[in-house]
Amino acid sequence: MSFKALMLATAMSAALSGALFATGARAGDLTVGFSQIGSESGWRAAETTVSKAEAKKRNITFKIADAQQKQENQIKAIRSFIAQGVDAIFLAPVVSTGWDTVLKEAKEAKIPVVLLDRDIDPSGKELYLTAVTSDSVHEGKVAGQWLVKTVAGKPCNVVELQGTVGASVAANRKKGFEDGIAGASNVKIVRSQTGDFTRAKGKEVMESFIKAEGGGKNICAVYAHNDDMMVGAIQAMKEAGLKPGTEVLTVSIDAVPDIFKAMAAGEANATVELTPNMAGPAFDAIVAYKDKGTVPPKWIQTESKLYTQADNPKAIYDSKKDLGY
Amino acid sequence: MSLRLPRIGTSQVVALLVILAINWVVSPQFFDIRLQDGRLFGSLIDVLNRGAPVAILSLGMVLVIAMRGIDLSVGAVMAICGAIAASLADSYPLPVVLAAALGAGLACGLWNGFLVAVLGIQPIVATLILMVAGRGIAQLITEGRIVTFTSPELAFLGGGSVLGLPTPIVITLALLALTLLIVRGTALGLLIEATGGNARAAALAGVGTRLITLAVYAWCGLCAAIAGIVAAADILGADANNAGLWLELDAILAVVIGGTSLFGGRFSLVLAVVGALIIQAMNTGILLSGFPPETNLVVKAVVVLAVLLAQSPRLAGLGSNLFGRRA
Repeated sequence: MSFKALMLATAMSAALSGALFATGARAGDLTVGFSQIGSESGWRAAETTVSKAEAKKRNITFKIADAQQKQENQIKAIRSFIAQGVDAIFLAPVVSTGWDTVLKEAKEAKIPVVLLDRDIDPSGKELYLTAVTSDSVHEGKVAGQWLVKTVAGKPCNVVELQGTVGASVAANRKKGFEDGIAGASNVKIVRSQTGDFTRAKGKEVMESFIKAEGGGKNICAVYAHNDDMMVGAIQAMKEAGLKPGTEVLTVSIDAVPDIFKAMAAGEANATVELTPNMAGPAFDAIVAYKDKGTVPPKWIQTESKLYTQADNPKAIYDSKKDLGY
Repeated sequence: MSLRLPRIGTSQVVALLVILAINWVVSPQFFDIRLQDGRLFGSLIDVLNRGAPVAILSLGMVLVIAMRGIDLSVGAVMAICGAIAASLADSYPLPVVLAAALGAGLACGLWNGFLVAVLGIQPIVATLILMVAGRGIAQLITEGRIVTFTSPELAFLGGGSVLGLPTPIVITLALLALTLLIVRGTALGLLIEATGGNARAAALAGVGTRLITLAVYAWCGLCAAIAGIVAAADILGADANNAGLWLELDAILAVVIGGTSLFGGRFSLVLAVVGALIIQAMNTGILLSGFPPETNLVVKAVVVLAVLLAQSPRLAGLGSNLFGRRA
């Protein structure tokens, strides 16, 4: 286990048990308002849980407004935070446009705004302090590079389970993976279909891939744009008598708890984390900005960490399973 | 006259055979079947197995449509019942789990039936309520996450097999036989057709149209519950956001491809199931073909259009005018 993974695991377990870190205690008098999108996915729920834990760790008073997937609720929440005179506002924007007016109001009130997880329309760059997001092209690239390294020059036919057609995340993760394997002529994608980011479709598509590729004998690895599709694909492989994790390599993205369960059982090989901890770096940026006036870069990229079976998947599963995924 | 109107069902069966033949062309191993861990394994089995949820939904939907109704809520009811089954599976015995999930489906169906038959709300509006609210209810049950289970009894309903046939296929066949027995073995089918053809006339003739309407929506809810249980058992979990999503439209399409009129008054149970298989044969064919996923929906639209055109009486009449009579 790398040092960073150890830190992360320790931080998570500490946060869960309610223990407090001494670091960042100087931020104790800060109040931050967070306009969260709503409960659209398990990841979103985990982000909320982790944000609360990160605030508690730093003794920051943290107010969360659930927008139930509506922009007008987010705008109302931001106006209410401005009226309350909070020290900073976090915003996970549900859509990318239409924020100019309300963000100008925040700017006039001298309240810095930090975007979490998603960016807004480029015209608003001067309206927020920084954006903390993941780079989904990079995520795909990490997955591709892992595969190239793991097969070590042997020829490898990859089947790809894409996300929903038209979703930018799906396009980016596809491009990133292709970039990652670009230098290795032995690794090539032989089939690629959409599994709509769901378990059921991931399973159905994988069933067809197995039949189309000689009962699965020609498949060396599966790459899925998210873990849920991979969980479905693993079931399909097991039902077809294949051994995922040994005969067929798997790599997917998100790092949801269930993929760690599969990794602990030896049925999955690797996952790239889309960290639910977007608030941690955002709090650090705000604290530095308030204390020392340090202006953060416009974009803080979160780490796309790779987890394999060597990273004690059982322990990570235990630390993640109660985050609300 | 050399060309006649096709006999009922011919065009659907021909369409299914043509699609299967195309699948065989794009993927030569399409008809290969072998045993894998005591379970039949092959693309043709996939078509039947993956088509099962929509086929089960269409068995309920076809009767609703025969009554000139429609049920948009079946996808959401699937999500609710799958969520209930998955949540209870590891702590209660299977009969309790099934009773709870089927009971919930029945209750949803009765609610729809109550709105339509007793309050007289138009079916499309009445069932739209549960279509929207139902998914929210399912998300409340699962608390927005994917609830997984390990119970092998429930898993058997999705991934097990009876005499080599995957369980969902067996469930579909059994349900088809049961529905045929109830609806066509008695006068019930006729009464449903009478209600759909002209509800007022049927009522004046002494048909209990209100009770029949209520019962048919309840049956549709029950079928949705069975489909939801099968779908949850298949992935060993309940995904409230995605289970049954848009499947109400596939079920309606299956019924329409099966030749049942949206204006009510006539229906065919077997052809509705054939309709569901046509849709799934097409889906599986697209997956096997290796086309880029961006083309999936276009291919589907073209095939559905072709199948529906082949059934059009006007087009058949045109054909016989052009080629039959002048020859």
